Amino acid sequence: MKRLYWILLAAAAVVCVIAAWVIYVPGPTAFASGGSVALGDYKDANPTGVPASLARADIVKRGEYLTRAADCEACHTAKGGTPYTGGLAFNLPFGTLYSPNITPDKETGIGNWSDDDFIKAVHKGIAPDGSRLYPAFPYPSYTLLTKDDVLAIKAFLFSLTPVRQETPPNTLAFPFNQRWGMMFWSLFYNSDERYRPNPSQSAEWNRGAYLAEALGHCGECHTPRNLLQAVDNKKKFAGTVTAGWRAYNITQDATSGIGSWDAATTAKFLSHGHAEGLGTASGPMGEAIDLSLRHMTPEDINALVVYLKTIPAIADTSMPLPKTMQASVFPSDHEISENTRGAMVFAGACAACHSWTGKSAVLSYADFIGSRTVNDPTAQNVAQAIIWGVTRHSPNGVVKMPGFGSAYSNEEIAAVSNYITARFGAEKSRITAEDVKKIGEQAAH
Amino acid sequence: MITLQVNGQPHDVDAPPDTPLLWALRDVLGMTGTKYGCGIAQCGACTVHVDGQAVRSCQLSIGSIENRPITTIEAVGTTDIGARVQKAWLDLEVIQCGYCQSGQIMSAAALLAHKPNPTDDDIDAAMAGNICRCGTYVRIRAAIKKAATA
Amino acid sequence: MRATASSERRGLSRRDLLKTGAASVLLLGFRLPQAHAASDTFAPNAFIRVGDDDIVTLVMPQVEMGQGIYTAVAMILADELDADFDKVVLQHAPPDKAYNNPLFGVQATGGSTSVRAFWDPLRKAGASARGMLVEAAAKQWNVDPSTCRTSKSEVIHDASGQKVGYGAIAALAATMTPVAEPKLKPAKDYTLIGKPMKRKDTPDKTNGKSKYGIDALPAGVKFAAIAQCPVFGGKVGSVDDTKAKEIKGFRQVVAEDDFVAVVADTTWSAMQGLDALSITWDEGANANVNSAQIWEALRSASKEPGVVAKEVGDVKSAFSDGTRYDAVFELPFLAHATMEPLNCTVHYTKDACEVWIGTQVIGRVQEDVAKAVGLPIEKVTAHNFYVGGGFGRRLDQDMAYRAARVAKHVDGPVKVTWSREEDIQHDVYRPVYHNAVSATLKDGKIVGWDHRITGSAVIARWLPPAFQKGVDIDAVDAAIDQPYGFPNLKVEYIRAEPPAVPTGFWRGVGPNNNVFTIESFMDDIAHREKVDPVAFRLRHLDGNPRLKAAVQLATEKGNWGAPLSPRMGRGFSCQNAWGTFLATVCEVEVDESGEVRVHRLVTAVDTGVPVNPDTIAAQLEGGIIFGLSAALFNEITIENGRVQQGNFNDYRMLRINEAPKIEIHLIPSGEHPGGIGEPGTASAQSALGNAIFSATGVRLTRLPIDRAALAGRKPA
Repeated sequence: MKRLYWILLAAAAVVCVIAAWVIYVPGPTAFASGGSVALGDYKDANPTGVPASLARADIVKRGEYLTRAADCEACHTAKGGTPYTGGLAFNLPFGTLYSPNITPDKETGIGNWSDDDFIKAVHKGIAPDGSRLYPAFPYPSYTLLTKDDVLAIKAFLFSLTPVRQETPPNTLAFPFNQRWGMMFWSLFYNSDERYRPNPSQSAEWNRGAYLAEALGHCGECHTPRNLLQAVDNKKKFAGTVTAGWRAYNITQDATSGIGSWDAATTAKFLSHGHAEGLGTASGPMGEAIDLSLRHMTPEDINALVVYLKTIPAIADTSMPLPKTMQASVFPSDHEISENTRGAMVFAGACAACHSWTGKSAVLSYADFIGSRTVNDPTAQNVAQAIIWGVTRHSPNGVVKMPGFGSAYSNEEIAAVSNYITARFGAEKSRITAEDVKKIGEQAAH
Repeated sequence: MITLQVNGQPHDVDAPPDTPLLWALRDVLGMTGTKYGCGIAQCGACTVHVDGQAVRSCQLSIGSIENRPITTIEAVGTTDIGARVQKAWLDLEVIQCGYCQSGQIMSAAALLAHKPNPTDDDIDAAMAGNICRCGTYVRIRAAIKKAATA
Repeated sequence: MRATASSERRGLSRRDLLKTGAASVLLLGFRLPQAHAASDTFAPNAFIRVGDDDIVTLVMPQVEMGQGIYTAVAMILADELDADFDKVVLQHAPPDKAYNNPLFGVQATGGSTSVRAFWDPLRKAGASARGMLVEAAAKQWNVDPSTCRTSKSEVIHDASGQKVGYGAIAALAATMTPVAEPKLKPAKDYTLIGKPMKRKDTPDKTNGKSKYGIDALPAGVKFAAIAQCPVFGGKVGSVDDTKAKEIKGFRQVVAEDDFVAVVADTTWSAMQGLDALSITWDEGANANVNSAQIWEALRSASKEPGVVAKEVGDVKSAFSDGTRYDAVFELPFLAHATMEPLNCTVHYTKDACEVWIGTQVIGRVQEDVAKAVGLPIEKVTAHNFYVGGGFGRRLDQDMAYRAARVAKHVDGPVKVTWSREEDIQHDVYRPVYHNAVSATLKDGKIVGWDHRITGSAVIARWLPPAFQKGVDIDAVDAAIDQPYGFPNLKVEYIRAEPPAVPTGFWRGVGPNNNVFTIESFMDDIAHREKVDPVAFRLRHLDGNPRLKAAVQLATEKGNWGAPLSPRMGRGFSCQNAWGTFLATVCEVEVDESGEVRVHRLVTAVDTGVPVNPDTIAAQLEGGIIFGLSAALFNEITIENGRVQQGNFNDYRMLRINEAPKIEIHLIPSGEHPGGIGEPGTASAQSALGNAIFSATGVRLTRLPIDRAALAGRKPA
């Protein structure tokens, strides 16, 4: 009996360890060598706050920069809606969540929130009435923000014109509609701790880490989640699917990540959403570029690059090295007979900008060559870009690809996506009409 | 001031570099043969040749063209292929309202320059980006074949 | 060569324009030195000008928008006039009642009426002028006019061997008195009519020389982009132009109560400026209108009592007996999406106004511009141009009215060009229609037919005097005079104006709806009765020999009844509308996912005297593609009072690689010419629907086709 007891006990311990390992996630910067210190004990340049050029600006100006760096607008604006008035729908497997209005309207926005209310929400995920917020609001990242930075963001938001706009009620199914459940989740996954610099890394690195982890919350999309939907830093930045779009591997793996991008190219991509030979950001990353990254100073972009360059490589064998060779000037008979419908749609709607070679005759933003999107054998982002279109703010003005989702069938979108990956990518995709329908519905809109 | 090489001549254009070639041709140079149809490269009415390639001028900013030679519908007839296409268009009476036909002819001439004897698939590949609301497609296909053998 | 966005360069265009035409007409004939143009020594009527230089100028009462009407009109006039066709020069007509369309009483081109309406007046005009020239020559030679003949712009007296060119005799001819009823040529003497003549307008459409309204460049012109409230009927609230002013080339903002325009040095700068404006709209009462409500209202209106548009026999007692069938068919809103986006150029000065536009209604343009700028109509000069696609959209002149109101605030001429999005979102839409149709059969033949049509009355807005007793003659066209001669027939019309959405004419007009309904229903009944759909129709066509002949020719050429491979279907449709008798066979393939590929259409047509046979074929080819494009892809939908489509990415057009093979077979005829622009469009949609039924067993009762309903179907 005693023996059995010990076996059971050992088994329970093993289960606990496994469970702990499954549930446990390391901190976002735990990968870096060297320990961390409290911000107050850090001797080098302050990694938090605004860039030096804005240091003397008033709190609203500083708040504006930080609000952009935290990219609040992307989630708190419905498609075509007034910025920060919320209403963007997050279509989750267990229901729909709507982002709230964060303009200072007293009834429908956050106009009645005190400084402490705002800090509690951003650091702890707790609303003024004590109810718990869902972590679609990335407070496990924002908790790293300094109090000063949070209050600067609040000051900016409170400088906006209050807009009266009710947020549609969420439609989450039980038990997900029980907000109190998030209390336990937060115990595990919200450190409720401000950013702790790493003195053995450079000041630039620390600024980059603050930008990436506290403000930019890159991992919320690019890092896979564990069973409990927490960002799993064991697979930091290894790429996953968020809201129906693929957030690619941005580790330093040379094949499936961005390890082969040099610093200057990475910086260019981050500030423009495009770099020659690497394609163009679309979907949520495109929005992050337009609303957030392109407004950041070159110093901050460089700090981000320094930080990204230290992310440990994680290889993803499903993502081949992007093809860099142009396709032929005309499609071959074989290619057409293999995917006639895809070829037809491409000829009619795509070839004028993207060219049959994949090297655009009009605009490098439309180049396929080298782009991760067309070299992703799931074709998921190709299909999403076709459904929704792409808008990018280039230094020379707005670059736009229209969306085709309402006039082309799921079959056609699947066919042309597969045609594009086969013709221009390293590996052809086999996305189906059913997949297209599903991912289209998953996109936030 | 940006200098464009249009139909064999340099033209100075006083317009911002992000101006699409289409509007520089039409509104600044007064060359109205190139047409505005959609502004999003979905209809092909604005097609011109840049470096011999069929290009949608509504998407090509004048700041990015540099010295590359531009040919428009006004001068495509000075080339052998262009003249053959124009003649075939008239022989088969392709044109109806004609608004899209500048673009159709430019696309067809570029096609024949690359593929002197195009198959139906080649015609689809080169011409499917050009919309015609009058529905002259049946004759466009026939005229391209006629121009190829002329 | 140097050019800038300044006025010197455009001065050239302006001077060219002045050289080529008189003040209010733009000359089109480029075959002759332009200095020779528009001499009018002999001007016997509104259509013909003969100069002493032998040049015959024909003034075109109908606009050229691709339908080949300039060539057809010129052929009719020149044939009776015996003018040398190669030396005929054409002019756009200025606004003038003399050019009113006899079928409308308005100076308008539309409804496939050009040849139908002008066939007699033009022949008379040609013959009368010819008579005066002959009389003049005979007087000069002192011979009997009846001994003279004419050929290629010459009067010839064979007996004496004398001949004189029309130019030399023009001045004398001008003093002759025209005959009231001139003798017309018998058909056997036609030298042009019925021969496939090369079109007069096309050579310059291959080289960029042709001018459309959008190509007008009067000296010093500025360019404007325009935005109307996205919600129909909404008004401008406030406009903030701070950011627009930063756009290079920006000139000014014009804000009226219903639109905002930005004026700039190029259309591009104007569009950029418009994008940079911050406009708040007062969206008004329509801000919550959506498609679902519109359909609900239409369906509920369809249950209301209608106005009887036609009643033959006793429908009530016919339905008391026999086998009864019922069906409902519905058609969506459609935009025109002409390739040339809407535009208009206006130069306003305080005591005069000049307008450049390609329009189907030049007279109404002149009137509305006069109203817009507050000048008497005679102070407004309106120049018409080639039309880059009309399809009914340019039967309205809203773009001119708005452009004039922009021009009133601008120093110098201004060209207002609508973006494609503006063009699609502020169209006058082909109305939504609801049809409830019932038939009763006895001995395999339809003995009772009841058709209730619910929809907008476009005529009531566009030509109010023609809207009589609550019946829209367009909405019931081809329903009250359907081809089958049913002994008991009732057609009712229920006027139901959709909330918010303006409606207008669209290629194929009313018969689009009625032919789709009748022909889909005839096909449906035939299948339910297990009778071949063509044989079923032929049972009802004994009283309609012209259509019967077309049916027989189309089915023969279209291999009706021949075996088909799996997933293929063959459909049939026939109609008589616009005075044209036409039958079509359509072959389609529908794959497992519901995708439809149209392979081939074969149409046989009797359109009376075929003035220019090749143009007839071209018009049918084009009309068919137009109809297929709509049936396969198009529906304008409304959400929150806004049109949800905006450009060709979401309002899709059939492309060359999706286009079927089309064969047109022309039946020789000496009857009065019929219309040919619309029939192909009306025919294609029902032929397609019936072919899809043949391939899948799914009856389409709504357009556009619903691929989901066709998906997964095994071959029928």
